[in-house]
Order: sequence, then structure tokens, then C-alpha cells
Amino acid sequence: MAVAVIDEASVRVDDTGAECVGPWTSLRLREVEKKLAELRAPHGGSFRFDLRAVTAMDTTGAWLLYRSQLRLTEQGAQITLQGSSDSARAMLELVSKHAPGERPRTAKPGALHGLGHATVAHIQQSMGYTAFVGELACAAGAVILKPARIRWRVILNNLQAAGVAALPIVGLLSFLLGIVIGYQGGVPLEDYGASLFVADLVGLAMVRELAPLITAIIVAGRTGSAYTAQIGTMKVTEEIDALRTIGIVPMEVLVLPKVLALAIALPLLTVYADILGILGGMMMAWLALDISFAAFIDRLAYAVDIQSFLIGIGKAPVFALIIATVGCYQGFRVAGSAESVGRQTTKSVVQSIFLVLVVDATFSVIFSVMGI
Amino acid sequence: MATPGSSMTNAETRRKDADDREVVVELDEVTTRYGDRLVHDRISLCVYRGEILAIVGGSGSGKSTLLRNMLLLQTPDTGSVRVLDIDTAHQPEARTLPLRRRMGALFQYSALFGALNVVENVALPLAEHSRLSRAVIEQIAGIKMALVGLAPETAHLYPSQLSGGMRKRAGLARALALDPELLFLDEPSSGLDPISANALDELILQLRASLGLTIVMVTHDMDSLWRVADRVIFLGDARILSSGTMPALSGSQAPELREFFQGPRARAARPAEAV
Repeated sequence: MAVAVIDEASVRVDDTGAECVGPWTSLRLREVEKKLAELRAPHGGSFRFDLRAVTAMDTTGAWLLYRSQLRLTEQGAQITLQGSSDSARAMLELVSKHAPGERPRTAKPGALHGLGHATVAHIQQSMGYTAFVGELACAAGAVILKPARIRWRVILNNLQAAGVAALPIVGLLSFLLGIVIGYQGGVPLEDYGASLFVADLVGLAMVRELAPLITAIIVAGRTGSAYTAQIGTMKVTEEIDALRTIGIVPMEVLVLPKVLALAIALPLLTVYADILGILGGMMMAWLALDISFAAFIDRLAYAVDIQSFLIGIGKAPVFALIIATVGCYQGFRVAGSAESVGRQTTKSVVQSIFLVLVVDATFSVIFSVMGI
Repeated sequence: MATPGSSMTNAETRRKDADDREVVVELDEVTTRYGDRLVHDRISLCVYRGEILAIVGGSGSGKSTLLRNMLLLQTPDTGSVRVLDIDTAHQPEARTLPLRRRMGALFQYSALFGALNVVENVALPLAEHSRLSRAVIEQIAGIKMALVGLAPETAHLYPSQLSGGMRKRAGLARALALDPELLFLDEPSSGLDPISANALDELILQLRASLGLTIVMVTHDMDSLWRVADRVIFLGDARILSSGTMPALSGSQAPELREFFQGPRARAARPAEAV
């Protein structure tokens, strides 16, 4: 018999049996699986599998053969195996011993089930967040009573990472934002011959709304996510539990310094964003509308009063609390795996930006009712 | 050693040593450094088909690095690694893929994919490389799970829901998914209770007998060494200090070996007939 190089396993079927050929190993059985699925038992007759030309058989090959044997036997055929090697027989025996039973059918939960699940999960998450904020307040209270326990070093490190390191990106983006507003607002104003009012527009928009918002959004993406990932990874590697066993309250070393640092950093970043944003608007006013810096600043001082400035800055600590607490809370919700870290980090960013915008809208409503 | 596995592979020109045993892994003058530290100093060794080879040595003696060399996860600084008769040095990733499919590995911490449940973990190599239907793949994953003693109910659990022993078993089932010829085990019994560790030893022996595997394991576990290892390689000072069967090594008078094999823990593990 000529020795042919046989790459793919195959099976040749005739009326009385099937001849199995080639390496019956998991990577080469695609065609065989299809052919075997089409096998029909002869009426009451016998059926023979000829394994003489099988060069190798692994668990997959044995399982496919065994499965067809079972099926044909069920259809009433007499099965005989011919020319099987010792190893193939051993493999068949192994497979028959460990044959998987019928897969337990798990009923697919319906849409209503999913809705209920999601609702309960959301409620639990809100409750969990509330509890977390409460716990944080308790920890903060305990630390305030014993100020020696405030971890200045950690706070300063966090200030550096969340504040100083964010200066370039916050500065650039608010400068660009100022340019956009200056241009988009300035051109229509010019049509009315009121181009100087671009200072009002840029100043008020930046100081009251946009600078706090853009800063909060950048910080949520930069720092909130980092908080979640850090705490989440520590949770996976059981470092949080280790802290607890050493007698260190995770809230005190991990969360409180972050919250405090962000509550300091975000207002400062907002002031910085105010300045850069107005600079951008001023630049655009000079280039596109021919308004001198002196005229712009003159008008700005008249348009933007201290109250508007304080309103903008006043929102920043609230945003900081939201970002830091959501970030840390989602970090603590990480369970088990690396994938969970990723999921919670996404959630942390989405939720903190969402909450920042909701709270900002609420502020707007309150301020307009108060008439400021 | 004659095992069911050896007769099944297409016999080409196989490397044989003087005793006519087939060599499946061959390390030749392998040297590895981490910075200034010499981890392996021209280590040469052979693994023969069908044997269970254990690599032992103190912490930091380069056992895991040696395993990583054989697994093609790390290339030694100098020297060659031949696995299943293929020289693995400077091979592009694509060339080593067929080779990787013929080996399986159980990592120390099981390295199950956290995003997949047990049956998906076990089925992954098959789903990725074979072109079989989903149903068959799942059935085969089921067989492998049964083979390593995982109950069918665990199929839909996620790794984070499993105990350490179950994770090891699931990792082993995944390593066996493609019926590898070569199985690497990194500290298989670490982190297991004695009962699970015993069961795992038993399982390793059974798998070798039924699937004809060649197994290379790194372990500290004296009980495992006595129970399953055919041959033991003792690493120290970046070299192979000694190699041989457990009784031979444990009887050695070399100081490093005596410390390792005749300490109180080692004595407790020694089977009665070997004392």
C-alpha cells in the first residue's frame, strides 16, 4: 500500500459500514463530523466501523465515533468495530466512561425577568452608594476628631496626581473651548454691532458653567477612573483585606485622602480653566473681531462679577465629591476578576459624568429660582 | 516507555537517545540572566516521551524560568530549546503556533479567564483552533471536565466562584482540551489542601496512563515527588545539581540535596518502603 500523506481525517461510507481514515484528531475532524451526522442505520442490519486506516485518535475523534455508535445503536443497528488499535480502544473506553450527560437545559430568563433584575440592581447600587457616602462621613468625622490621623502625605501625593498633573490637559481644553465660544458667539454679535459683548459671553459662560464642567469631566475621566482601577485591583489581590487585618481602615487611607485631595484640586483647576478659557476667548476676539485685550478686559471686569465667579468655583467641590466617591465606590464593588475592574471603571466614569451633569442642572434651576 | 500515545503519532525521524528512548524536549546549554544574576548556567537536559519529570530546587533557582523556556514563553539568552523535534530559537510566532497546540500548560494560579465560565474556558482552545460544531466542542469540554473530576454543575460557574482546587482542575481541563502530547504543570499542588493535592497527583498519573502524556512539572511538594515523578531534576547554583529517581536523590549525600530531601518535611513525606 502506498503511503500517502493524509492531512485531513475522513470517513468513507457504504451500505454495510464506514471506513475511517487518517488522523482522527481534534483539529482535523470537521468533515468527519458532518459525514457522521448524516449516517443512517441500515434497517435492522449490522454496521461496521473499519479503523484500520486510522493513524491517530484523540479524545475528540473517539467521542465523535462513540457518539455515532450510540446513535446508530439507538436506531437499532448492530455495531462492530474492526481493526482498532490498542490506543484507539483505550481512548474509546476513556470517552465512554466520561461521556457527558444531557446538557442541563437552563431556561432563558425572559425580558421581564431581565427588567426586574436590572431594576433591583440599580436600587441596590444606589443604596450601596448612599451607605458608602455615610460610611465615608463617619470616617471623616473620626479623623476630624483626631486630626493627627489625617494622612497629609497621601493627600499631597493625590494632589500632585489629580491636580498638578492635570494642568496641561485642562489648560489646553479650556483654552480651546474659549476660542470656540469666542468665535461662535462673536461673529453673530458683530452683525448687531455688539461685538464687545463677546467678553460677557465668554466670561459668563466660562466662569459660571463651562470651566467647572469641562474640568469635572476631564478629572472624572482621568482621576475617577484611576481611583476605581487602583482600589479595584487592590480588591482583586486582597490588599484591601490585608489592610483591614493589619487594623487600617481602608476608608481612611484609600478614600478619605482621595476625596480631600480632589476637593482641593478641582476648585483650583477650575480657576485655572477659567483663566485659560477667557484667554482663549480674548485671543479669538482680538484675531477675529479686532477687540483689543484692554477693551476686552475692561468689559470683562464689568460683566463678570464676583458672585458669578464664586458660583462657578462653588460647584467644583461638589463635583469633586461626586467624582471621588463614585470612583472609590465602584472600586470597592470590583469582585473577582480583571474583567470586573474594567467594567467598574467604565461605570465609574459614566456615572460620575452623569451625576455631575445632573447636579449642575439642579444648581442652575436653584440659582434661577433664587434669582442669582 | 510504551504508552498509548507513542504509537499514535506519525512516526517520522524521531530523536532517540542511546537507550532508544524518544526525546520530546531537549535543552542544550541554556543560559539565562536577569540583569547581573545568572539564573541558568549552560543547562542541558532531555525529557523523554511518556515520563513525568519533576523540576525541583529552592526559591529563585530558576525552575519556573526553565518551564517558561520549554513553553516558548521566554527565549534563553544562549543555548537552544528543541520541543517535539522543532528548534524553537528565533522562530516567528506563526511558526510556533502548531507546536503550541501540541502542548498544554497548567499555571500556578490556574490563569483561568475571568470573563468566561468553566466550560467556556475549557472549550476555548477547541473553539479557537478546531472547526467543529459548537455542540461537539461543548461535549468534548464536558468530557475533559469529567476527566479531571469536575462535576457538570460547575460548568456554568465563573472562576471567581470556584475554590482553589476546582480552579486547578478547570485549568488542567483547559490544558488538556487539544489532547496535547506534552503537559507542563507549574506548582500543581500549591495552595491545595492535602486531600485535593492527593487527588490531583492521582489524576496526573491517571491522565498519563490514559492519554499517554509526557509531563514536566515544577513542584515543591514532597508527597507529589514521591508519588508521581519518574525522574527528578534538582536545580541549584544555576546548574542541575543532580538528576535521578526520588530514592536516588533523597539518598544523596551532597549537602544541598541533603538539606532539601532529608529535612523534616521531606522525611515525613517519604513512603515507608523507601526509608
